[in-house]
Amino acid sequence: MASVAESEFTLASRRRRFSRRRLGRIAAPYVLLAPAAAVVAVVLAYPLYLLGKMSFEKYGLFELIRHKGRWIGTANYSSIFHDAEFWRVVLRTIAFTAVCVSLTMVLGTAIALLLLQVGRVMRVALTTGLVLVWAIPTIVAVDLWRWMVDFEFGVANWTLTKLQLGDFIRHDWFANPWTGFGVFTALIVWGAIPFVSITVYAGLAQVPHELLEAAAIDGARPWAAFREVTLPLLKPIFVILTSLSIIWDFQVFQQIWVMLDGRPNSDYYTMAIYAFHESFQISEYGLGAAIAVVMVMFMFAATLVYLRQMLRTGEVR
Amino acid sequence: MSSVTQIAPTPVAPVVTRPRARKRLRKAGWNALGLLVLVVMVFPVYWMVATAFKPGHDILSYTPQWFPAHPTLSNFTDAVHQPFFWDAVKNSLIVVSVVVALSLALAFLAALALAKFNFYGRKGFIVIILGVQMVPLAALIIPLYILMSRLGQVDKLSGVIVMYLTFVLPFAVWTLRGFLLGVPKELEESAMVDGATRFGAFVRILLPLVGPGLVATSIFAFIQAWNEFIIAYVFLHTPEKQTLMVWLASFTTLRGTDWGPLMAGATLCALPVIVFFLLVQRRIAFGLTAGAVKG
Repeated sequence: MASVAESEFTLASRRRRFSRRRLGRIAAPYVLLAPAAAVVAVVLAYPLYLLGKMSFEKYGLFELIRHKGRWIGTANYSSIFHDAEFWRVVLRTIAFTAVCVSLTMVLGTAIALLLLQVGRVMRVALTTGLVLVWAIPTIVAVDLWRWMVDFEFGVANWTLTKLQLGDFIRHDWFANPWTGFGVFTALIVWGAIPFVSITVYAGLAQVPHELLEAAAIDGARPWAAFREVTLPLLKPIFVILTSLSIIWDFQVFQQIWVMLDGRPNSDYYTMAIYAFHESFQISEYGLGAAIAVVMVMFMFAATLVYLRQMLRTGEVR
Repeated sequence: MSSVTQIAPTPVAPVVTRPRARKRLRKAGWNALGLLVLVVMVFPVYWMVATAFKPGHDILSYTPQWFPAHPTLSNFTDAVHQPFFWDAVKNSLIVVSVVVALSLALAFLAALALAKFNFYGRKGFIVIILGVQMVPLAALIIPLYILMSRLGQVDKLSGVIVMYLTFVLPFAVWTLRGFLLGVPKELEESAMVDGATRFGAFVRILLPLVGPGLVATSIFAFIQAWNEFIIAYVFLHTPEKQTLMVWLASFTTLRGTDWGPLMAGATLCALPVIVFFLLVQRRIAFGLTAGAVKG
């Protein structure tokens, strides 16, 4: 009798213990995630919600002091959509992004292919150089490019003049927005090439040898083999790199802002600078928020492509 | 980690056979091109360092002085004696160390959940972590400013630290998750078969194996927090409270453009990042194909 009762008792307690352990097992991941999720909610999710809300509000200095915006419906949006300046800024940002991203991808891939061809020593030297460039902080890069294109003592003007490419003595690159954006393109592409080259090179080095051999046996010229074998295999990498580059270049801000001493004239406005100007310089936070929302929408397309590729390649398991 | 690293790592070798001399000539041509690319890419960095070591009259010369023929450290002494330099160093170190510690602790727990447990909402959280990295800071800064002014956190290092978590944390979670996935489950299981508790297996097996991952992730967090400019620029108004990047960006406006000290200051600001970057170079090159983010 006693033994049966005892065994029943242990069984029940074991079951209880088991279910508690199971409960713990189910709850554990959520408990582990909670702190990070809370931070993300406070500093990312809520501000994003606030951004959307502010874009429908009149939010100026008065509202900033009162800590409360005034609902005005879609007035901010209709105001920017009827503003010719806004559309110029949108077009400029898209064109600038397109130029920067294509140059980055083409030159980056070309250097990655070059890395396969050069000797061992040169490969190590070139990789180290690329990593060195990659490591330069953006603000440092801006300052050193600013020094190189200085109108009076800049090394760029001297070199271009010596190369007989024209008279660049005392040439001010930022007097004309076209050459000004030329400098920004060079600065951004220079800084972005290392990431692309090194990543593509890592991918190239892992293209199965046999496939290229088979293509060569079938009579494919190197270019055809590259196009038919290597490119399709590297497509996921290219999709990810291109979408990341679009996302980074579309929101360009600090390069232009710091290079032009925080006083870019309206010829140099990109969407990020325009939104910043409307909010922090003329205190129209609602208008700035509406511009920022449009900017996020533009970038959303690139983000979707990136996410889809990440899900597809099995990054997300 | 990435799709490519899962493919067997066979190096590509040229398959065409050609006469040796011609092949060697070709190699020399490629090497020459490689050298040209190297020079063009590295020149700006060289020019910064070279300028930093030149005396004033060699900098302000109409014909560039390619080598610092009269090297001097006076630009560096000038730079560190600029107003607020040491304040900026102190602020940067405070911000960076707190951000690294906080993000590492929070990210490790979250990454553990994502890598070692299968639960409802896991995939959704991963998609959020990935997507959130794509939100432009330039757009987010407007509502962040409103939020922080409500909370009285404008012009305070604590506010900046919390905001830095917005971009450091998702990235750290993603990277650490990759490292944790790299540890085979069998190792832990066999430890538990041998009588270790779950916690014991965690401390003895998992922790040592992800040690390098923790180091790499904290270095990445360090670099991102050290380099950040926009948030620090908008939120820290008082010169005593600015970080190094804000100090560097406002350097030129202090008294015209004094290129020597500016380049010396820029070199000093870049130095820690370069050192850390070279330390984790191999990790960057082959591990982070997809997850890597550089702002």
